[in-house]
Amino acid sequence: MASLLNQVVAVTANNIRNIPQRAGISAVVVIGIAVTVAVLVSVLAMAAGFTRTISNTGRVDRALVLRGGSETETASTIARDNTLTIMDAPGIRRDTDGKPLASAEMVAIVSMPLKNTNTKANIALRGIGPKGMQVRPEIKIVEGRMFRPAVLELIVGKSAAAQFKGLNVGSHINYHNADWTVVGIFDSGGDSHESEMIGDVEILLSTLRRNLFQDVVVLLDSPQAFDQFKGDLTTNPTLTVDVKRETEYYAKQSKEVSKLLFFLAYVVGGIMALGAVFGALNTMYSAVSSRSLEIGTLRAIGFGALPVVISVLFEALLLALIGGAIGSLLAWIFFNGNAVNTLGANFTQVVFRLTVTPPLVMSGVIWACVIGLVGGLFPAIRAARIPVAAALRAS
Amino acid sequence: MKFIPLVWSALWRKKTRTIFTLLSIVVAFMLFGMLQGVNSAFNATVDRANVNRLIVASAVSFTESLPYSYLSQIETVPGVEAVSHQSWFGTYFQDPKNIVFSFPMEADRFVRVSSEYQIPPDQLDALRRTRTGAIVGEDLAKKYGWKIGDRVSLHSTIWTKIDGTSDWPFDIVGIYRVADDPNRNSEFYFNYAYFDEARSFGKGSVGWCIVKVSDPAQSASIAQTIDKHFANSSYETETKTEKEFQQSFLKQIGDINFIVTRILFAVFFALLFATGSSLMQSVRERIPELAVLKTLGFTDQGVLVLVFAESLLLCVLAALAGLAVAAALFPGFKDVFGVVRLPPAVIAEGVIMAALLALLTGLPPAWRAKRLNIVDALAGR
Repeated sequence: MASLLNQVVAVTANNIRNIPQRAGISAVVVIGIAVTVAVLVSVLAMAAGFTRTISNTGRVDRALVLRGGSETETASTIARDNTLTIMDAPGIRRDTDGKPLASAEMVAIVSMPLKNTNTKANIALRGIGPKGMQVRPEIKIVEGRMFRPAVLELIVGKSAAAQFKGLNVGSHINYHNADWTVVGIFDSGGDSHESEMIGDVEILLSTLRRNLFQDVVVLLDSPQAFDQFKGDLTTNPTLTVDVKRETEYYAKQSKEVSKLLFFLAYVVGGIMALGAVFGALNTMYSAVSSRSLEIGTLRAIGFGALPVVISVLFEALLLALIGGAIGSLLAWIFFNGNAVNTLGANFTQVVFRLTVTPPLVMSGVIWACVIGLVGGLFPAIRAARIPVAAALRAS
Repeated sequence: MKFIPLVWSALWRKKTRTIFTLLSIVVAFMLFGMLQGVNSAFNATVDRANVNRLIVASAVSFTESLPYSYLSQIETVPGVEAVSHQSWFGTYFQDPKNIVFSFPMEADRFVRVSSEYQIPPDQLDALRRTRTGAIVGEDLAKKYGWKIGDRVSLHSTIWTKIDGTSDWPFDIVGIYRVADDPNRNSEFYFNYAYFDEARSFGKGSVGWCIVKVSDPAQSASIAQTIDKHFANSSYETETKTEKEFQQSFLKQIGDINFIVTRILFAVFFALLFATGSSLMQSVRERIPELAVLKTLGFTDQGVLVLVFAESLLLCVLAALAGLAVAAALFPGFKDVFGVVRLPPAVIAEGVIMAALLALLTGLPPAWRAKRLNIVDALAGR
């Protein structure tokens, strides 16, 4: 047993020492795998960043009340008297002044030019009620100040300010012939509200000459209070509403886009991996054929087939690991933290950041190892079967 | 031509290597075909956009509506031939997953502006007569097995009826076809009169107007005139050509072109190394054989062409195989991307890419073969 181990170590070490002689052809494996892993990891990073932004938006003890059958806020409408009924429901947390922590809101869509392309894209303008900020304590002003109620003032999310033109503190926005002023920039922990503008709902409704809200957002006593709250509202004969936990609402919104990104990552990544396997097979077969004299000699002086097989597999795995590491590094250097925007469920832009996380790097390296192993296996078997006499004669 | 068997046998000198090189090129071009196919299909909607049509939407955002009275005002603008309108209806059939792109319209305005929709005249008459009538694209009808005379109910996620419900019943009275753009055969059109009468809010408004102009060269000035006309009103407009409108819409989804280009660049970078090293290796092993060819009287150029022909044959054959696989798989992705067929332009592009690949990877070994010195090569120096 010990001698077998010795053989394995000796043959493998000798093989590794000789890799530089085959540098050109070995580079094919490394580059093929590096490129595959880089593409896989960056597309997965996109999916991860998107899911994270959307799923960060939402707490289990917060709920959205929408009109029955409406899938998104912009598609929903709720009359003023109904919002009052909703805010009276049991299970809503109360503020120190005894009023419910609930906010009747509306989301308007404004078309504004993007900084990078100068083309117009949609941004959400959210009108919130007097308790809107207490309902979302994660919103913090990082520049300027909070808007005052009943005045044409807005605060803008950090991501929106970075992505759109003319959204700095002091900027003016003309919306429905009303002159709004940006008075502050806010941070909400990287969630999708950071891609929005927020103002007072009453002044927003009056500039639009509307009297319909779109949804009511409430902070509940506890996550467990949701079922009772929902039951109470959905059985109320004066209301036709859907009650959704905020986390579930946003998870559903991100489903389609993440599905597409994961599809892209695994289909494109899978096809590229197949190509990398062919490249690896080619390289390893040629490595084995260039070593045939060495292998023949080793076998002739009594080395077993197993050490030879392992030395080939080890070489393939080593090259694959180098490729996987380079690929992950490339993805991290070029894409980590890149801001990307796409259309969200409210038909407005959602900004998210590509995040190359350690688990993603791990999965990239695992893919690399699998490619290396598959690419090394068949050449290794051939190496083991090389007829000794023929190999020695060949040169 | 007589050298083709020679090139062919040289190519298959080492079977395993050629097969694996071939397969990696096949895989790369299969990816090229699919990604570039999706990309150009997205752009095709933009390319097919009618040049003599303008879209008038709210300047605030595409999702805000305009007053119905704007139609007659736009009609008075010189150069405007006809005006039609649509609204976003946001529906699904039975299950939220089955999204149906449905739009209320007025039949007479619709046929004047969107003349590429082929509707049999009797079915169009039926639509005019039937208040709840609807005409559907042939692909949509096929998908749900709808026939003329069927009564279907769509659920709108936006519009409630006066009675408080959001389920809208329709009678299918016609099936249309757009011959040159199969992607548009899945829409659902119905009478605006029915929609406006039954909806509980937003009465008297339209989503956006579609303007047909008589001279495409004047599109820009007509668009300006329309926007100026409604400037400083409560509902300012933004008029774009249909093409610009679709481009701005696609740009909002994300830069597909950017992602596709990056991925393909990476794929071809790797492929360049794989193919190049395999061809180089093949020439290196064959140095004595090439020297024999030269001894037999082949010129330097002749050997260069011979080796280069090998790489061209390999790359183009493999690329065609890859593109064929992509074309065969393409209809399978219809549900994901909504694209039916691999555009022929992509296949042409692929062949050009293959020739380029052959040039880049084939020239260095071909050059080496050309420079070969017979005496040194035969002596194994």
